[in-house]
Amino acid sequence: MAFKMSVQKSKGKVQEVEIGKGEKAIKIGGENVIPFYDFDGDIGNSPKLGIEILDVYPEDWVDSLKELYKDVADNPVEWAKFVEKEIKPDFICLRFKGADPNELDKSPEECAEVAKAVAEAISLPLVIAGTNNHEKDAKLFEKVAPAVQGHNCLFLSATEENYKAVGAGVALAYDHKLGAESSVDINLAKQLNVLLTQLGVKGEDIVMNVGNSAVGYGFEYLVSTVDRIRLALFNQNDKTLQMPIITPVSFETWNVKESMADENDVPEWGSREDRGISMEISTAASVITVGSNAVVLRHPKSLEVMKKFVSELH
Amino acid sequence: MALKGLDIFKLTPKKNCKDCGFPTCLAFSMKVAAGAVEISKCPHMSDEALAKLEEATAPLMRTVKFGKGDNEYSLGGETVLFRHEKTYVNRNRFAVMFTDAMTDEEIDKKINNIKKVNYVRIGEEMKVEIAAIKYEGDKDKYLNLVKKIKESDLEVTYMLVCEKPDIVKEALELLKDENPIIYGANKENYEEMVGLVKDNKFPLGLKADNLEGLYELVEKVQELNYKELLLGTEGESIKDTFTKTVQIRRTALKEEDRKFGYPSVVFVNELAGEDKFMTTALASLFTLRYGSIIVLNDIDYSIALPLFALRQNIFTDPQRPMTVEPDVYAVNDADENSPVLVTVDFALTYFIVSGEVERSKVPAWLAIPDAGGYSVLTAWAAGKLSGSTIANFIKESGVEEKTKCRKLIIPGKVAVLKGEIEDNLPDWEIIVGPDEAMHLPKFLKELNESIRAEAQGA
Repeated sequence: MAFKMSVQKSKGKVQEVEIGKGEKAIKIGGENVIPFYDFDGDIGNSPKLGIEILDVYPEDWVDSLKELYKDVADNPVEWAKFVEKEIKPDFICLRFKGADPNELDKSPEECAEVAKAVAEAISLPLVIAGTNNHEKDAKLFEKVAPAVQGHNCLFLSATEENYKAVGAGVALAYDHKLGAESSVDINLAKQLNVLLTQLGVKGEDIVMNVGNSAVGYGFEYLVSTVDRIRLALFNQNDKTLQMPIITPVSFETWNVKESMADENDVPEWGSREDRGISMEISTAASVITVGSNAVVLRHPKSLEVMKKFVSELH
Repeated sequence: MALKGLDIFKLTPKKNCKDCGFPTCLAFSMKVAAGAVEISKCPHMSDEALAKLEEATAPLMRTVKFGKGDNEYSLGGETVLFRHEKTYVNRNRFAVMFTDAMTDEEIDKKINNIKKVNYVRIGEEMKVEIAAIKYEGDKDKYLNLVKKIKESDLEVTYMLVCEKPDIVKEALELLKDENPIIYGANKENYEEMVGLVKDNKFPLGLKADNLEGLYELVEKVQELNYKELLLGTEGESIKDTFTKTVQIRRTALKEEDRKFGYPSVVFVNELAGEDKFMTTALASLFTLRYGSIIVLNDIDYSIALPLFALRQNIFTDPQRPMTVEPDVYAVNDADENSPVLVTVDFALTYFIVSGEVERSKVPAWLAIPDAGGYSVLTAWAAGKLSGSTIANFIKESGVEEKTKCRKLIIPGKVAVLKGEIEDNLPDWEIIVGPDEAMHLPKFLKELNESIRAEAQGA
């Protein structure tokens, strides 16, 4: 008996979603197989890699990044332009940390102006991330969405708590793409997709954010959730789960002990920057391996390595 | 193909003698078919029946053991391709590569690096388990290298990477009591290689240019009646290596073809070289996608912290949550004036809460009662976290001797327990904490201010 390649036929296909406008617009999804399994079928668009910037000075970021961004970090527009020109990600993720009620609690109007200026200053697709405070995000996105109309941005995210306001105010009224955020559970992910669709948001305007954690921190739940979501699509063609997936990796990986611990406290662990990059890379490589179509990264070194990772495997 | 219970039943003595521990032969047969019991539990099977059954009921993927004593490990034995389908069984193991082409300085550095990376994370010892030792052409240096690593006080097991049987033979003289892995059987040398390992049942790693060649090689080695095998997935590129590694596992578990039902050996060191971040990326890839032994160029904490943490997560049983030992833990050098926070023993909750407390930089005691390994709300709903559980734990854990502060912070999600705890712990002030751990730093900083103000007032 001779060896025969094991081939798995697929019944479903990940919805293709376009973010951004013009030459630098990106498409994510489109595959009908597990990532990199081209022996099974069509691997679709390559996973896309974004870089995180903030609307405020990155006070708690590692020193080397503060140094890298020292001339631009006070101004999100200059910061975004610098990232586009020097770091060259597939997209930029502008995170409104300053709008968080526990931080500066900036007004939605003020944030809308920042978002507009950033969107106009760059040609890369723009992903806009809120504060994770459901109430504030609904108010924030309501003002930001019209300000960046026409730029086809992706907003992170609508949740079970605010999906009506965010769904209507972002996707329906201003034709942006909408992140649907659920917490590591296939049924919650499915339910939110159904609710958004019932609201009138088109499937091709939704990108799922099905949970986010750093390796070592309950990451197995994320892996199994993504595995199950993708298998439900490929094996049973569950169309309520056919949206592509984005994971804002950097939002979590830089907050865990492995990335935060000071070199003086744990001298044997070595460079804090290296640990942070490595946690970010391991988490990003892992979520891409199981099925994430886009990740947000913080460190340019992580971006460089992940670019190579994706180009070698895709 | 797997046998059905009734097929097995036909081969049993059908006497319902209960010697196997089951009430009837049929019940026993059903258990064997489900893979829950070994057929050998029945002492009355005929030899022919046993031979027939063993072949048919053997696991799809063989469990291969290597190493000795404290450094003995099992690989393989997996039954599912995705962990949620049941669970993964034997975690992958990490190796660091040594060769006779390295200078003494390089070798010493790696030995030292392996020694340095050794720590405990949620009850599990984290370290490089295998020293891979590759023959690059200088026999004397190679044998000296094996000797040197063996005589260093590294707590590792060994994998000889060498395709020359005569050299393997000499190296094995040095390691014969260590149950090492020998990697390097190919289509030319396999008979000699099997001859070297067969008596001691050392695991033998096979390699070929492509999957077709590897498949044929396994057939030939199986004809020699040797089954303690590992399969090399060396490819020309990252992509090629990935495809081979996935195909081997899938051929075994999905196509149910036992020819590829063996653990894999993935040489990430060949693909990533000295680039430690690429090493982390690729080792993560192969931890998720079916690498059994993952060979690295070198190790340091920036590689180990994410990789070992990822592996620990992926190889937890989905039906059994990871837990931390119930105890009182000091965070940020807590002392006799520090407040006490209580949460559950579910590892994920513990990690998030302790991480946020650390971030607050406020010294505090973290009291972890036995809450059945559930999250806060689930534990409460299941009756595993009640006012009396918390109160009893505070009394019995000795935390009252550790701190003079009598402020106890309970999770916001179980604010309803406050009254009951107050009744049971009259000396304590029960404070309801935030709903979400992310708000702990702010909460603790404010609490700390008020404690300080009180102390000054007094």
